[in-house]
Formats: sequence, structure tokens, C-alpha cells
Amino acid sequence: MAEGVIAYYLTGYGNWWLIGILLLIGLWGIVAQHNLLKKVMALNVMQVAVILYYLNAAQKSGTTLGVLRAGEKVGDVAAYVNPLPHALMLTAIVVALAITGVALALLLKVYRAYGTLEEPEVFRRMQQQ
Amino acid sequence: MNELVLSNVPLWAVLVSLVAAGLILLLDKQPNIREAVTMVAAVIKFTLVLSMLPTVLAGGVVEATPLYIAKDIALQFRVDAFGLLFALLASGLWIVTSVYSIGYMRSLNYGHETGYFASFAVCLSAAMGIAMSGNLLTFFIFYEILTIATYPLVIHRRNSEAVIGGREYMVYLLVAGQVLLIAVAWAHYLAPGVGFTPGGFLADTGASLLALQILFVLFIIGVGVKAAIIPLHGWLPTAMVAPTPVSALLHAVAVVKAGAFAVVRVTGFVFGPELMAELQVGTILAWFAAVTIIFASLRALSEDHLKRRLAYSTVSQLSYVVLGAALATPAAILGAMFHIVAHAFMKITLFFCAGAIYATSHKEYISQLDGLGRKMPFTFGAFTVASLAITGMPLMIGFISKWNLGVGAVEAGQPVFIAVLVGSAILNTAYFFPIVYRAYFGKPQEEAAHAGQQAAHDHHGHYADHGEARPAMLYPLLITATMAFLLGILPNLGLHFWDLANMAVDEVVKGGLWLAGRG
Amino acid sequence: MNAHLPILIIVIPLVAGMLAPLLAFFSAPMARGVVLASALAVFAGSVAALLRVLEMGHPWSYYLAGWPPPWGIEYVIDPLSGVMVTLVSFFAVLALDFAGPYLAGRSAREKGAFYALFMLTAGGLLGMCATGDLFNLFVFLEICSLAAYALIAAGGRRSVVAALRYLIIGSVAACMYLLGIGYVYVMTGSLNMGDLTILLPPLLDSPAGILAVVLIATGLAIKTALFPLHGWLPDTYSYTPAPVLAFIAAITTKVSAYALYRIFYFVAETAGPVSATLEVLGWLAAAGILFGSLMAIAQRDFWRMLAYSSVGQVAYIVLGLAIGNSLALIGAVLHIISHAVVKGLLFFIAGSVKWQTGIRTIPEFIGMARHMPLTMGAFLVAAMSMIGLPPAIGFFSKWYLVLGAVEAGRWVFVAVLIISSLLTAVYFFRVIEFAYLKGKRPEDVPEAAVLPPKTGPELPARMLVPILVLSVGAVVLGILNEPLIQNVIQYALPWRLP
Repeated sequence: MAEGVIAYYLTGYGNWWLIGILLLIGLWGIVAQHNLLKKVMALNVMQVAVILYYLNAAQKSGTTLGVLRAGEKVGDVAAYVNPLPHALMLTAIVVALAITGVALALLLKVYRAYGTLEEPEVFRRMQQQ
Repeated sequence: MNELVLSNVPLWAVLVSLVAAGLILLLDKQPNIREAVTMVAAVIKFTLVLSMLPTVLAGGVVEATPLYIAKDIALQFRVDAFGLLFALLASGLWIVTSVYSIGYMRSLNYGHETGYFASFAVCLSAAMGIAMSGNLLTFFIFYEILTIATYPLVIHRRNSEAVIGGREYMVYLLVAGQVLLIAVAWAHYLAPGVGFTPGGFLADTGASLLALQILFVLFIIGVGVKAAIIPLHGWLPTAMVAPTPVSALLHAVAVVKAGAFAVVRVTGFVFGPELMAELQVGTILAWFAAVTIIFASLRALSEDHLKRRLAYSTVSQLSYVVLGAALATPAAILGAMFHIVAHAFMKITLFFCAGAIYATSHKEYISQLDGLGRKMPFTFGAFTVASLAITGMPLMIGFISKWNLGVGAVEAGQPVFIAVLVGSAILNTAYFFPIVYRAYFGKPQEEAAHAGQQAAHDHHGHYADHGEARPAMLYPLLITATMAFLLGILPNLGLHFWDLANMAVDEVVKGGLWLAGRG
Repeated sequence: MNAHLPILIIVIPLVAGMLAPLLAFFSAPMARGVVLASALAVFAGSVAALLRVLEMGHPWSYYLAGWPPPWGIEYVIDPLSGVMVTLVSFFAVLALDFAGPYLAGRSAREKGAFYALFMLTAGGLLGMCATGDLFNLFVFLEICSLAAYALIAAGGRRSVVAALRYLIIGSVAACMYLLGIGYVYVMTGSLNMGDLTILLPPLLDSPAGILAVVLIATGLAIKTALFPLHGWLPDTYSYTPAPVLAFIAAITTKVSAYALYRIFYFVAETAGPVSATLEVLGWLAAAGILFGSLMAIAQRDFWRMLAYSSVGQVAYIVLGLAIGNSLALIGAVLHIISHAVVKGLLFFIAGSVKWQTGIRTIPEFIGMARHMPLTMGAFLVAAMSMIGLPPAIGFFSKWYLVLGAVEAGRWVFVAVLIISSLLTAVYFFRVIEFAYLKGKRPEDVPEAAVLPPKTGPELPARMLVPILVLSVGAVVLGILNEPLIQNVIQYALPWRLP
């Protein structure tokens, strides 16, 4: 039973499902959580899911990374994983990092201004002013 | 057969008053120069329009296409006989109204006259544009500009009554404008880029009868609000909060006349008599017009406020034009076109009188007018002449249009509308003659009590003792009254209104032939 | 130099932005001079690029670092993106000019930060317009959004919360877009728009294709603030500093709408899932137009009213895309220009009113017409254009949209456009009534609340100039819309029209 699940995960669509679930967890967190910090964390989860999606798409079984060591010649292209999604995701990771940085800075400012990160409470205190 | 003259005169005629409006705004601090600009612009405009008269009388058409205003549609000015009729009327009466405005505004000191004269100038540009536009989009653009430019005039007094009146005005006219926009877009889709064609251009577009009927209704709603057809007339009496020269402009020269003009344009030059007969919409529209004529006259009877009574009278009179356009026989169209001229002279005189009375004596209710005719004999003389004309007394200008409308009703095989015309004439008499009677034979109210009451309203005090209106108001109204009388005897006098109307009718009736001659 | 124009117009603002804080450290006027000069240079470059493309008669492709696609990143200036970069850079110049008095009295560090963020936003938007690569579009989207979040947060305590919310929603949108193009990449193996025009259409009608289209549409619809995904917009627009806001409100939503147009009409073709998605977007847009206008009527706050009006007006563009015949697409592109000009103008006006008098709510506008006559004159022009009254440009964009809807037989959309005009008239006339009311004031307003007539200049010249330029532009563009369409927008239509 367990072996079947693992085999499905490795050879079938199992990991795609997991990525999908991860994405939805992120989305759920953003929609349902009241805490702004948790929302930002959920956003990160969502971004990671998308990154994993690309990396998963680049994967081919029986291949290696497209890195040439000194002296090696380019062999059969089919022997390497597709390097382009990896390159794209490097950029996406940097973007995600930058977003997280800005978000944290804003969180800090919100906390200093209102003394809380619970969204309803922030709105309540905004109304009071 | 029809000579096509390419000339930019129509464009200049439109631009003159736009430029004037800009100058007026710049000359905010110098009222004398500012008003001189108005007068100069009015005269130049009239001269420009007049310069096209010989060409058009010779059977020609003046056309100008300065630029393309939208994809496949030109900003096109095309001055035919009917357009010139309206253009001459509007630009001619602008001169008179300007003189009157200056007198009126200086009597009453409302303040901020700069915006007033500027808006007035823009209105005239728009009216010129409407008169001379050669296709529906050009027409629509000027129609909307007219709506907007009139708004500041309606709210000129800036009190809450004026603001509410302005609001109602805007609601009616903007809604109508948007309905008209659908109609214009639809017509453009059916017949891309076709301009006004005598005899109509929608007949061979392949659209179904039902679609064309809906389109007709949209058009009539769009232009009918300005023409104040019941039940779309509500804005007009409310807009009476505007200063009187504005009411004169609204009712005699620009706005409602633009609506009436547009009804004739739509029926005669977009749909055409033949298509209208096929669609069977003419009779329905004629009945709406008939109901409007009678109902508005009845409503006028019960109004004590002089300007509001005139407003309802306008609602009633405008539907004469609509009636003629709806019956769509040659004589009926002739009557409709000439009534645009006739009503302009009659109603502007009446409004000038009402304004002169208000500016001189601060009286705006009919019940206050007792005995005033002896203090202001010239004003009330003019008022009497215009009232007689409006009831359709022979030898007066109103008779000509009514006679032709009656003939048109017989031609159309619906003599029942003659009864409407007669009934309206009786009602006209019923609501105008009491005014004249009161003014001449009524016993003045206790002057002392009145004066005392007015002295309490400090600044009204100096109105208690007054004579005739000041010359700047008196001369214009005497001129228009004289015209109303003279044109009744010699309808062709000076500006050839009668010939123009006849030529326009010929074009509409002969629509197809006319096109063939041109092509 | 000239051959590298497509990349220069993106790189110049990015570099200038990064240099600005450094320069401001030495001398704030120098930083300002450099930033303004680079913005002007970008504007000149955009115009030159647009003119050159129109002359060439075919799109101008530029391969970054000489790598041809699909390996390298391609930048494409065609008439459509040429119009967009011109619009973006024009507004960058105006907003920088307008920001002058706003920044007076701020420290050099703050000025440097402002210039840096502003130029990064502009650079990101320019990149979004000029890029020919879907992933590159994502990167530029995030560059401009990140800088914009920070700029929005500069508006005080409330704006920080608004910025954070916008950040979260905007990042979700970007994630969805990224996932969508992930599906496109997996299906076709390319992200170059030129390649995809051939590769993508045959593959679209599949589960993966549908997912890709829906995800891309959702992501960009959030960024465009299409109802019901507009939630971030009203708060954001209410609290952002005016110069930034005029730029953001005029440009960002429009650039996202442009991306939607580019991907759906140029890269993919309108069949299968794309036309189904566009149909849904069209009905959402119709609902959004009415919703935005109704909500705008309900606002007391002038800025919030304009924000909701944006929700309605941006939907016009999407509606044009949904109708999808050439007239409606002309209308949509013209409305991108028209709404950018007018909404930019309105926020400049709102900003200068606030700057001069501190007034934000509409009932306080009593006497404004005499207090700031030129500004309120410009407001009249803007209102005319928003309502869609001739001869302002807003009328003509609406005219083409209505004409397109009539041609397509979409009578519901015709009705929506017409009703929206009337609703727009309601909320603009309310402001006009207050501003031009004189003497009579409502009973609940004290005499002291009526603004006194103008004494001295109403605004610093640097704030007044953008307002006057745009208000004159709104009318001139309206009257000259036909040459604009004939010479430019006509070539910005997709080559495969249904």
C-alpha cells in the first residue's frame, strides 16, 4: 500500500497533486487568515508552489543537470534536464525574496503605527482615528 | 441642378462665437469691451450666414469638410435651404438678444455676467453647428455641446431653485442625448457615413421594419426632449428659473428650436416621408403632437407665473412643428418649417416683454400685472401683437404656418388635426388675452400698500415707481414684434424665409430625384 | 545608439532610478535634474521609436545582448507598444514635474528614495509594454509593482495598510500569471510571444490550455482591477500621495489591460477558451462599469469617488476587448489613452486641491470655482470627457465602443455604456454643483466653510502646467482622434481579427 503510494508519487502525478495542494494552502491562507504576517507567509507558500511547478516541469527521469565540467563535451541534449525553467525560477526566487522584504518592511510599519497585525483590529483602530 | 459650393464659411460661422466666448472669458474685468465682443461676434456671424443666402437661393448647397471627426465620418457642414433657414434665424435673433441681454443684465445685477455671455456665445456656436451639420455625428456633437453650454445659463442665479432646475434640465437632456447616441450609432451602422439626405437615407439599408421602428422611436426620444413633446417636456417649465434672455434663447432661438429642427431633420432627411408611411409611425407621432398641443395649452391656462405660462405655450407651439413633420405631406412640412421661424419671432417677443416687465417692475405673476399696460405702453403693445400672432390671426406670421399645417392635415387625409389647430387657437386666446386685458383695463392694486411692502424688501423699493423699460430692452422687443407683424404680410421680407422653406420642402418631397440630379 | 532605442527606453529609467539616491546624497537638485532629464529622454526616445515603427511598417524587434529568441529575450516595439511606451513616459514626465512642490521641504534622502522608486515604477511599466517575452513581462510587472508598493506606503499611516493589502493581492495576481505562463511553457516549450503566435493557438483547446488562459486572465484582471477583483483599488487610491497616484491611476491598470490585450489577441487567438474567457470578462466588465459608477455616486470623499470611477472606466477597456470587433478594439485602445489622460488629470486636480486647501470631501468644495478657477475649469473638461460628452476624447472612445457593440449586436453592452455615462454624469455634476455654487450654501455648512475667491496665483506653475496640458490634450485628442486612429491605432489592431 505504502509502496504503491510512493511509486505513484514518484512516477505518476503524485507530486503535481502535492504542488496543487500547496498552492491552494497558500491561497487559503491569504484569504482566510486574519493576521497580516500569516498572510505574507501564506503568500510565500504560494510562490514556492509555483516555483516547484516549474522545476517539476523541467524534470526528466534518467537525466542530469546541464552543467559542463572542465574538459567535457556537450553530449546528447536528451541527457540533461531542461535548464531554462531553473534559470527562470532563479529570477522568480529573487522576485519572491524582494516581495517578502518589502512586505516585512511594511508589516513593521503597520505594527509601529497600529500596535497589532490582526487585520480586523488594524481596521478598527484606523476607524477610530 | 444643385450647385455644390465648397467653402469654409459655415466653419467660420460656427467658430466666430467660440472665439468670442474665449475672448469674453479673458475680458472678465472690462464689461464694456466684453459686451462689445459679443455684439461684434453676433454681427460677424450674421453677415457670414447671410453671405451664403444667394448661393442657397440659387439652388446651391454650401459644403465644408474641415476634418474627419471619427473613423469614416467627417465633421461636415452642409448648408441647404432648411439649414440656412434655421441658421439665419438663430444668428439674426442673437444680435437682438445680445442687445436685450446687456440691458437686462445691467438692470438686475446678478453678477458673474462673464460666464453668462461666454455660455451664450457657445450656445450660438452650437446652434449654428446644428443648423449647418451635414451628417448625424456632426449634428450630435453640436447637439450635446448645446446641452452643456445651456446648463450654466439655467443655473445662472446660483440659488437652490436654480440648481434644482438645472439638475432636472441636465437629467432630461443628458438621458435624451444618450438615447440619441444609440440612435446615431445604429444609423451609422446601417448606413455608414451617409449624411442628411432629402427624402431620407435609411430606406434601402435592409434593416427590418421592426428595427427601423425602434430606431425611429429612439431618434424621436432623443430629439423629442429638446422639442418638449409630452411626456418629455418636464424640464422646460422648470428651466424658467433662468434669467429671461436665456429663456428667450431657450425657447425662441436655440434649444427647443434645435429640438424642433431636429425632428424635421430626422423625419425629412433621415427617414423620409415614404419610409415613415411604410413604418406607420407618422400618425402615432402626430397624435403625440396633438395631445401635447392641447394638454400644454390647458396647462398654460392655470399658470399664474408669466414665464411659466409662456413655457407651456412654447411646449404647445413646438408640437405644431412636430405635427407638421409627422404628417409629412408637402404643405405640412412647409408649415412645420415656417413655424420654426414664426414661433421664434412671436415667442422671443413675448419673453422679451416678460423680461422687460420683470426687470422694470419686478413683477413676474400675471395677477400683479393690473394696469401695467398704461405704464409700459410699448412693451404691452408688442406683447399684444405677439399674442395675436400666436393665436393665428390672419395677416400675422402665425397664420401662415397654421394655414399650411391645416392644408397638410387635409392632404394627409386626417382633417381631425384641423380641429386640434382650431382648439389650440381658442385656448391660446384664452390664456393670452386675460393678460392683455388686465394690463390695459385692470385696476392697479393699492399702490401704497404695495410700495410699503416693497420698501420692507429694501432694495426692491426703487421698482415701485417706474415707467417704460430701458431702451436696450425696449428696442429689441419692438423690432421682433414688428418683424412678427411684417413677416405675416410679406413672409419673404429681407431674409427669404418663405422661399427657403419652400425650397427645403421641394428637396424633401423630391428626395430621390434630387439625388439623381446631383449624382 | 539609435539601433538600441527599444532597450534604452527601459534601461535609462532603471539606471537613473538606481543613481538617484546616490546623487541626492550629494545634491538633491542634481538628482532631480538627472531624473527629469532621463524621463524626458525616455519620452523623446519613445516618440522616436513609435515614429520609426510607423515608418518601417513592421514591428521593430530587438534581441537583448544579441541572443535571438527563443534563447534570448526579445523586445518588440510595434505601433501598439509604441503608443503604450509613449503614454507611460509622457505621464512619467508630467508626474515628476507635478511632484516638485510636493517634495519641497523633504529631506534629500526622502527625495532620493522617491526618485528611485518612481523611476523603477516607470521602468517596470515601460518594460511591460516593450517586452516580447511572457516571463520577462512577469519580471517587469513585479519590478513596477514592488516600487509602487513602496511609493504607495509613503502616504502616511493609512496608506501603509493599503500598500500591504495591495502587495498581498498583487503578488497573488503575479503568482497566478506566472503559473499560467508555466502551463504555456510546458505546452509549447517557448515563452517568446512571437514564437507562441504560431505554437500556441493549435494547442489552446485542451485542459492545460484552458487553465493557462484562465490563470493569466485572473492574474491580469486583478492587476487591472476588474470587478469583482478590484478590492485593492479604492483603499490604495484613497491614501497614495497625489503625484504618485496620478501616475499609477493613469497608467498601471491600463498597462495590465494592455498585457491582457496583447496576450489574448496577439499571442493567442480568439477562439476556444480565449473567446469563452473574454465573454466572461465582458460580463464582469459590464457589471464592473455599473458597480464602479454606483459606488462612485455613494462616496463623499473626492479621491474615493475617483477611485471607484476608475473601477468603472477601466472596465470599458475590457468590455471593448470582449466585444472584439475592430471598432470595439479601436475603442478599447482609444479608451486606454483617453482614460489615462483624464484620470491622470483628475488626480492631478484632486492632488492640487488637497495641496492648496487641504480639502478632500465633496461638500467642502463650495466656492472652489472662484478659489481655483483654472483648476476647476480643467475639472469641467475632465468631467465632460469622463461622461462622454463631445468634443472631449472620452466621447470618441465611447462612440467606437458603442458602435462596436451595435455592430456585434450586443445590445446589453450598449445599454451598459449608456447607463454608465448617465451615472458618471450624476457624480460629476454633484462636484460641479458644489464647486460652482455661490452665495447659497446648504444649511448644514457654516459660512466660514465657503472658500474665499482667489487671491494671487492659485497653484505653483509646476503643478498647474500638467493640469493645463492634460485638459487641453483631452479636447485636442478628441477633435483629432481620426488622424490618431488612421495613422497609429489602426496598426495597433491584431493581425488576425475574427
